[in-house]
Amino acid sequence: MQQVFKRPQSLKDVQTHFCPGCHHGTIHRLVADAMDLYGVQDRTIGVASVGCSVFLYGYFDIDVVEAPHGRAPAVATGVKRARPDSFVFTYQGDGDLAAIGTAEIIHAANRGEDITVVFVNNTTYGMTGGQMAPTTLVGQKTSTSPYGRDKSKDGSPIKMAELMAQLGGVAYSARVAVDSPKHVLEAKKVMREAFGYQAQGKGFSFVEVLSACPTNWGMNPLKANARIGEEMIPYFPLGVFKKEEA
Amino acid sequence: MSKRLFVKGNEAAAMGAVEAGCRYYFGYPITPQSDIPEYLSRELPPLNGEFIQAESEIGAINMLLGASATGARAMTSSSSPGISLKQEGISYMAGAELPGVIINISRSGPGLGGIDASQSDYFQCVKGGGHGGYHIPVLAPNSVQEMYDLTMHAFDLADLYRTPVMLLGDSVIGQMKEALIPNPRPVRELPAKGWAVRGKSGAEQRVVKSLFLGDGELEAHNWHLHAKYQVMKEKECISEEYETADARLIVAGFGSVSRIAHTAVTMARAEGMKVGLFRPVTLFPFPEQALAQAAARAGKVLVVELNTGQMVEDVRLSVGAAAQVSFYGRPPGAGSLPSPEELLEVIRKNYQETAR
Ligand SMILES: Cc1ncc(C[n+]2csc(CCOP(=O)(O)OP(=O)(O)O)c2C)c(N)n1
Ligand code: SF4
Repeated sequence: MQQVFKRPQSLKDVQTHFCPGCHHGTIHRLVADAMDLYGVQDRTIGVASVGCSVFLYGYFDIDVVEAPHGRAPAVATGVKRARPDSFVFTYQGDGDLAAIGTAEIIHAANRGEDITVVFVNNTTYGMTGGQMAPTTLVGQKTSTSPYGRDKSKDGSPIKMAELMAQLGGVAYSARVAVDSPKHVLEAKKVMREAFGYQAQGKGFSFVEVLSACPTNWGMNPLKANARIGEEMIPYFPLGVFKKEEA
Repeated sequence: MSKRLFVKGNEAAAMGAVEAGCRYYFGYPITPQSDIPEYLSRELPPLNGEFIQAESEIGAINMLLGASATGARAMTSSSSPGISLKQEGISYMAGAELPGVIINISRSGPGLGGIDASQSDYFQCVKGGGHGGYHIPVLAPNSVQEMYDLTMHAFDLADLYRTPVMLLGDSVIGQMKEALIPNPRPVRELPAKGWAVRGKSGAEQRVVKSLFLGDGELEAHNWHLHAKYQVMKEKECISEEYETADARLIVAGFGSVSRIAHTAVTMARAEGMKVGLFRPVTLFPFPEQALAQAAARAGKVLVVELNTGQMVEDVRLSVGAAAQVSFYGRPPGAGSLPSPEELLEVIRKNYQETAR
């Protein structure tokens, strides 16, 4: 019998701690798939951030450094500069990357560090219980925006993939979603492309992934999944915003 | 014999780092330490090293964290407000047991303060500074030569104990020029870095982290860190004594003020007073025993600091009831360094009290 689907080699055979319907697990698979494609597992150093994804090292069978909240791009910079032969990626949530870590991501990107950044946008702070994030949609209720995000007071949700595309050091910036089989396949292609940039030493690559947080959205997994297509994609369009030709 | 150079303290520290094998430096400009990044931005690239001017002190300390995690010798430097920003990263490095050297050419505060010589960050540096109840070795040079020698020593301590190490100077030590003999790096046996991330290469996964959520894990980790600090206290204290053998009054001071105190003690001796000087070189671990012995012989300790009283607390803890402790402080302000004559006057007064 032909095997058509299997666990990527870079992932450990363990159960994850993520909530039912959470997309972190799916995104882990896509990252592991891209690592396997380029055969870089043995020289990869992952940088874990603070948030629901902090246990990265429990799931990926790779060396990992844990960074303080938001600082993963700076930690990754130190790792990559000291070990230019290693393959380095960060995996960060929207609170981590787009709030406390804004300076670190912008400057690592602008320096054109030869790393890959996986940015998981679930429009909320997952681990700390669903507070408002820089990516929370206008009108969205969270535990710290109980009346809904108010643009005049809280500003507009930040579009990181587009912002990244403006920076000189960025070679690749894209946004994907994992809410449907079609989108997952597209996301897989984009993730591979992004990792390919680093595998070929072509510079900084960035992938934003729209992701569900059923627990903090107060929705069942199916409804949460549907919200991505209905509310998030209209504001956060999918696509490749920058792709520097080699 | 080695050559003699005439250099600034800050440059000497940077030279010591290079001699110690440091090839990665991450920093952000702040007076009075900017000669360090300036020197290393010039010297590291030809050595195949990397200099990065980070976006902030937070960026710099986390780049250091990343580079150290790979096992490389790496460094950052800053001054008081910048060290405040680095404290988060220093706490993470202490928690994850990562080596790394941090040079703090401190200035005066709180807040933006001023750039004059000050010792107002003693608590911040010596008592942990960041969250979580850790310690890091803190070395306090008082000469250009020591800026060089102790920077090399800092790298070895960092690797030996898997800990960040701080060199604490001030604008007097950092900015003055004096003779330096750039001794070669001492040979010292250091443990292999079997914990450093490198890409698995088919071997066991390595993880550098400070998150411990398992039952009892964090408590065990904290006891483990505590045990390391006890070993440091036993093995790594450094102090210097001058004329303490028959002294009835010991003047205690560290860093730049210890040099002024040294002059004042010499002047006091010339007047026939039996006065000595005790200078802690390591502020953590604090040379408790050496000080306690000297203080017990003398009966009285006068602590001199460029602040309103910080190290004096460690002196009191060290000497306990064995000696009387008094304090003379000059918090920073333009031109507020005490003169030797000023200290001599304070010594006279304290000495007379011992006579009664
Ligand atoms: C300096 C600091 N501030 C705040 C926190 C608390 N904290 C932990 S996780 C988190 C938010 C994570 O949210 P996000 O990055 O969106 O990731 P998610 O959990 O949604 O995957 C916060 C604020 C922290 N650990 N450190
Ligand atoms: S809280 Fe949200 S982001 Fe975190 S695991 Fe649960 S669903 Fe996923």
